[in-house]
Amino acid sequence: MEKTIYGFVFRHSLPQQIFLLALTAVSFPVLYVSYEIPKIIINDALGDDAGARTLFGVEMEQLTYLFALCLVFLALVLVNGAFKFNINAGKGRLGERMLRRLRYDLYSRLLRFPLPVFKRVGQGEIIPMVTQEVEPLGGFMGDALAQPVYQLGILVTIGAFMLIQEPVLGLAALALYPFQMYAIPKLQRRVTQLAKQRVQHVRRLSDRIGESISTIEAVHADDGANYLRADIANRLGGIYDIRYEIFRRKFFIKFLNNFLAQLTPFFFYSIGGYLIIQGQLSIGALVAVLAAYKDMSAPWKELLAYYQQQADARIKYDQVVQQFDPPGMIEEALQVDEAETLPALTPASRIGFENAAYAEDDISIPVRSATFSVGLDEHVAIVGPSGGGKEEIGLLAARLATVTGGRAHLDGTALADLPQAAFGRQAAYVGPHANLFNASLRENLLFGLRHRPLRPADLDPEAAARRDARAVEARRSGNTDADFAADWVDYGAAGAAPGAEMVRRMVEVLAAVGLDEDLYTLGLRGVLDPAAHAGLAERVLEARAALRSRLDAPGAAAPIEPFDADAYNVNATLAENLLFGAPIGPAFAVGNLAGHPFVRSVLEEAGLLDRLEGIGLQVAKIMVELFADIDPGHELFQQFSFIDADDLPEFRTIATRADRLGVPGLEAEERRRLLGLPFLLIPERHRLGLIDDALRADLLAARRLFRERLPEADRASVEFFDADRYTARASLQDNILFGRVRHGQAHGAARVSALLADAVDEAGIRQAVMEAGLAYEVGIGGSRLTQTQRQKLAFARALLKRPALMVVNMATAGVERVAREMLFLAVRTAMEGRGVVWVLEAPELAEGFSRVVVVEDGRTVEDGTWEALSGAGGPFARLLRQS
Amino acid sequence: MALNEEVEALRAIPLFQRIEASRLRLLAFTSERVRFEPDDLVVRQGDIGDAAYIVLEGRAEVLVDTPQGPLRVAELGRNDIIGEIAILIDVPRTATVRTTEAMTALRISKELFFRLVEEFPQMAVEIMRELAQRLDRTTNDLREARAQLAAG
Repeated sequence: MEKTIYGFVFRHSLPQQIFLLALTAVSFPVLYVSYEIPKIIINDALGDDAGARTLFGVEMEQLTYLFALCLVFLALVLVNGAFKFNINAGKGRLGERMLRRLRYDLYSRLLRFPLPVFKRVGQGEIIPMVTQEVEPLGGFMGDALAQPVYQLGILVTIGAFMLIQEPVLGLAALALYPFQMYAIPKLQRRVTQLAKQRVQHVRRLSDRIGESISTIEAVHADDGANYLRADIANRLGGIYDIRYEIFRRKFFIKFLNNFLAQLTPFFFYSIGGYLIIQGQLSIGALVAVLAAYKDMSAPWKELLAYYQQQADARIKYDQVVQQFDPPGMIEEALQVDEAETLPALTPASRIGFENAAYAEDDISIPVRSATFSVGLDEHVAIVGPSGGGKEEIGLLAARLATVTGGRAHLDGTALADLPQAAFGRQAAYVGPHANLFNASLRENLLFGLRHRPLRPADLDPEAAARRDARAVEARRSGNTDADFAADWVDYGAAGAAPGAEMVRRMVEVLAAVGLDEDLYTLGLRGVLDPAAHAGLAERVLEARAALRSRLDAPGAAAPIEPFDADAYNVNATLAENLLFGAPIGPAFAVGNLAGHPFVRSVLEEAGLLDRLEGIGLQVAKIMVELFADIDPGHELFQQFSFIDADDLPEFRTIATRADRLGVPGLEAEERRRLLGLPFLLIPERHRLGLIDDALRADLLAARRLFRERLPEADRASVEFFDADRYTARASLQDNILFGRVRHGQAHGAARVSALLADAVDEAGIRQAVMEAGLAYEVGIGGSRLTQTQRQKLAFARALLKRPALMVVNMATAGVERVAREMLFLAVRTAMEGRGVVWVLEAPELAEGFSRVVVVEDGRTVEDGTWEALSGAGGPFARLLRQS
Repeated sequence: MALNEEVEALRAIPLFQRIEASRLRLLAFTSERVRFEPDDLVVRQGDIGDAAYIVLEGRAEVLVDTPQGPLRVAELGRNDIIGEIAILIDVPRTATVRTTEAMTALRISKELFFRLVEEFPQMAVEIMRELAQRLDRTTNDLREARAQLAAG
């Protein structure tokens, strides 16, 4: 990357900068003339001589002459404005392009950092650099050349105008500039240094804040909050000192400038006035000079601002670029460029290490001398004590780290010389962290297959034109023009055709690693758009019918209470019973029902409003009694209370007032609060005995009223339950069950899932359910999955691309035993006849591998079959004994 | 109402006898009321326990696996508690409980139980007292058994 910001600017925008300069240069003569005109108007057009005058060779009267000149002046103002607009717009566009390029370059470099860098540099430092710190640089880079030249040009033009008009006044106006030019940069330099410190301090601050977030558990567990507060306060204090110092100095510079600017008019009035009184100067000339001088202060200020900006920008650029140039960066050609042919990894290939060493820096040298080789048709286990270098050997074997001594090669070609794609497309790596994206399961699986755009996105001509235009603009900023919306998936690598076959393949791989049951469960909870899946709705309805027929069969009590338009469902909430449908959007959401005018009118008509308020009061009293002395943050509250801990005191007040005044005596808002409570009641779950048979009957009447009277405007806010229709808003499971699981049945959950499974299989929609599961969002870093599920998913991603070599690095340490065995089996089966390098957390897991390599203290100390080594009495046998 | 009935059942159990009514109401409210069919397994010997049950209605038998097959050692009915040891410490169930007729029970999960104890230390004291009494009884039984053996 260019060492200085000017280097960067010239390298990437010289032609545009020159164009802007040329435009600027052309604008000066126009500017000069626009200063000339007012003088002619005052001195000539308004002169005492009333005779005819000549303009551009045309003779005219005084008044016509005046208006003609004014029109010329207006025209010049417009032309000047047009120049200014075009120059500014051009600069803005250039600046934005340069900013885009800079950000892209920085990010692109970030992706080429060698891995150890990320042990030293925190996210909190890197991210603000790319996002915020470079932001002002964009504006500056647009201005880099044109701004100083333009402003300086204006100054020179105006200065020249003044000197030509009246040399003495001109000299007086310009006299103080040399002093300012000398003094201001001197003062500025210190400000610049302070600004540099400020940037560093803020960066470290953001890193510390990031660290506080990532270690928040320890902060709470160790009562370390105040220690951290003190640390941050201390840092903020440091930043405050610097900022205050900067402000003081900045305002001093400003003061000095202002003072000097005010000093010049003093010369004008005194010297100019003297000359006029002496008759040596016309008033017109003084007015013109004064006007010109007033115009000088703007470019001068701009020039000073530019000077400050460039000092800032230079530092920022320096500091950012330094951070983005760590030693050992992956060569651009190896990562970015698309190689014409990749060296093939075949079962006959061998990866060899001879006296390979790997040092992260001068102190940390995890691998000192490793010598072994792996044929890409064998399964090699790497074992050893932790911290002995085996993990780094895993990184070396996956080409995620490069040897710093000795040799590492693929069939004689140094690994470091291979393009990243050679391993990235033909090998797979599973490390201790699953490296999941905040996206769906499907996206996470496919990430391993997305290396370059393979099929253009299917777009209508208009959208395609838009895309092409964007690509052109991207190239102008040195960004990649690869279309993100194109299909990047290498289906060939996965061995499946796009579409249904690929989905089957993904499900297959997930099944192999033992995620199929999870996928099925997640899928049942998922929402599928029936429009996008032809025939799905019908088959789900078949499954619903199949389930229903089982429920109706005589025998054990059904674990599900189906929705029935004419019956109160005692396992559903009162709200669900009233709506008999799923709310869409906020209008009929359970929290808003009590305030909804239509709902209230329905309840009123059914004679329920008062009774429900009364029940609300009872619920409030019970809750107040039960939860009165429970700590507000307690889980019991969140799980069981109808009332938020924050609202409890309010309900206590309402309950006391109601005892005194009766419910009708309460405020409307208080009654609304009470009415909101019963909507959550589920008779079978809460067992409060508040919803008796009479009330149920009246609620059923209200249900009918609700449906009949629902205003047109609210139709879109609720999707009614219908035994013969698919509810698009509901999950697959809710669609199949079409009812609520009965509370309080022993083994109810197990029986429901068995019933569901039968119904799903009978209707033949297991595949669709799994597909819905693929849409499950895994959360940030896979946080919505368990540790074991995350690792399984990482294995699935690796297996999906059918790699020629799979490197597994301590990936099953946090995984449950049964799952680990399943993963071993899955990899060993899928990778039959292909290469596996598996860095194991425990030596006894190496049984069944074709070879075992033992690494201790950064050296390979043993290499052989399990049978040979375990009986040999060497390091491996010792490790086995110790474990 | 149903909740009060459950509170009464809880109060009849020595472990909960001295605990305030409002606490018992909370315990009842936050517990699940579970119905078992006849011949349902409530707990199985050897399983890891995650809940205790308080019988509200119906009967069940306690079976212990022996080399000769399951041996019926006790019968349980209204207000009896099942599996309380398992919610205090992590031990496998020491016996199997199977319903002999339809049964309704209050299910107190281990998690919930601990949260309540955490919230109301007084409950912990009561439970300690009850356990100490049981230990005392068991120790006495043991002493007598030893004496009998020595005499025998």
